[in-house]
Amino acid sequence: MYWNNLSDFLAMGSHGPYVWGCFVVMAAAMILEPALLRRSRKRLLERLRRQYRAEALDGKAARESSGECP
Amino acid sequence: MILAVIARDLRLALRRRADLAAVLFFFVIVVSLFPLGVGPEPERLREIAPGVLWVAALLATLLSLPRLFADDFRDGTLEQLALAPLPLGLTVFAKVLAHWLVCGVPLAVLSPLLGLQFGLSGEALVVLSGALFIGTPALSGIGAIGAALTLGVRGGGVLVSLLILPLYTPVLIFGAGAVDAAVNGIGVEAHLSLLAALTLAGVFFAPWPAAAALRIALE
Amino acid sequence: MSHRPFHWYRYASPQAFYPLAGRMIPWFWALAAIFGVAGLSVGFLIAPGDAQQGEGYRIIFLHVPASWMSMFLYLVMAFWAGLGLAFRFRLSSMMASALAPTGAMFAFLSLWTGALWGKPMWGAWWVWDARLTSELILLFLYLGFIALQAAIDDPRRADQAGAILALVGVVNIPIIYFSVKWWNTLHQGSSLNLARSSMATTMLYGMLLCALACWMYAIAISLMRARRIMLEREKDTLWVRKELGF
Repeated sequence: MYWNNLSDFLAMGSHGPYVWGCFVVMAAAMILEPALLRRSRKRLLERLRRQYRAEALDGKAARESSGECP
Repeated sequence: MILAVIARDLRLALRRRADLAAVLFFFVIVVSLFPLGVGPEPERLREIAPGVLWVAALLATLLSLPRLFADDFRDGTLEQLALAPLPLGLTVFAKVLAHWLVCGVPLAVLSPLLGLQFGLSGEALVVLSGALFIGTPALSGIGAIGAALTLGVRGGGVLVSLLILPLYTPVLIFGAGAVDAAVNGIGVEAHLSLLAALTLAGVFFAPWPAAAALRIALE
Repeated sequence: MSHRPFHWYRYASPQAFYPLAGRMIPWFWALAAIFGVAGLSVGFLIAPGDAQQGEGYRIIFLHVPASWMSMFLYLVMAFWAGLGLAFRFRLSSMMASALAPTGAMFAFLSLWTGALWGKPMWGAWWVWDARLTSELILLFLYLGFIALQAAIDDPRRADQAGAILALVGVVNIPIIYFSVKWWNTLHQGSSLNLARSSMATTMLYGMLLCALACWMYAIAISLMRARRIMLEREKDTLWVRKELGF
């Protein structure tokens, strides 16, 4: 381990804000990207499920109204 | 056949002289805005002149690009050109040349007058005009790719700019660099020859991706 | 479009690739985490400070992997897009579209970390050196690709147009890089040089591990995005309905 104590580590020899500024933004990006993707996927799945359910009901209604044998 | 395409495009462009004039006016206005923005000191204007004039030329060319294919697309001529015996790439090449004659050449001819506004010396003005003559065919060629990709697409004009401006940067660097070198009394040959290389590549290679993009748009 | 699955190209159809990708994704996340922890430990905990740049140099463990990934992903994206254009493999085109946002993100991160590195070292938030300027243009190329595909409604046309743009971009990148380097030496000389000439082995290991972590991350997230694109595009097929339980 190169560092003697935590405060040295955080200070990064007076370059602390820059180094941690990079680290935080990069980490945030690599967490946000999958999170946003997961949310977008969830919304897509909900939308598709609603669409399929509606189509199934339409199909059922059409068959019942025309008196077809299923 | 190539000459026929060029002749037709030229005739159509001359009929719409207002469009051509608008592009040139845009060039003049944009160039004239810069002194208003940065102040009239002659030293500073002379320094920024190459970049300003070239960027304005880029933007003016961008403005004129949509017309390259859009009118022919709308009235069905483009479909016929695609079916003609002449390979579509050569047709695009012809259209690029016509576009250069109508847009690039006037810009190059007009530029020395605007260069005077920025206090450029006689030698620099010659290099400016020459560099624009050499470089504008590349702008037309590369621009044709952008115009073909965005044919009939929403937000066409701005989208073309976003796609094409990054690809224009080498032309800008060498073109403005040549004029800059002339202003500072250094040799311009290196810049101009690289610029010429870019133009040759742009004019002879760019029509083929553009033709491919046109076929996609026509499907 | 023919759906005949060739013997070797069994996984070339979205239907076959979707579950396969689903199984692979967790593994790549795991690899990304392992390499990431290893690389960051080496870079931030073990590697010594730099003689000239002090502790601030540690940003290279973030900046260089981001740059490498942004450039590498563009090549891969152009490759898949080109395959999709030449052979009409729908899956290839979907993969290209899936890579673009991640590539753009890495390009942005490269610029951000580059700026925060430049400020303490050279006193300016932005330096117009060849690499940062080329990186900026690369970001524009990514954004152009994404914008073009977003503007075209027909997915097939969007795929093909994007492929042409990506291929033209790939050809142009060396030209752009060379011209920017030329421009840079003309105007500023080579005093501003973010590249390091010599490097302790520890530092090199740290950079490589972080780069591997970013690579695994990029694969994981691109596969995730590709799966989402598949569901969206193939929503009218039987296999997607079955996948969602209908």
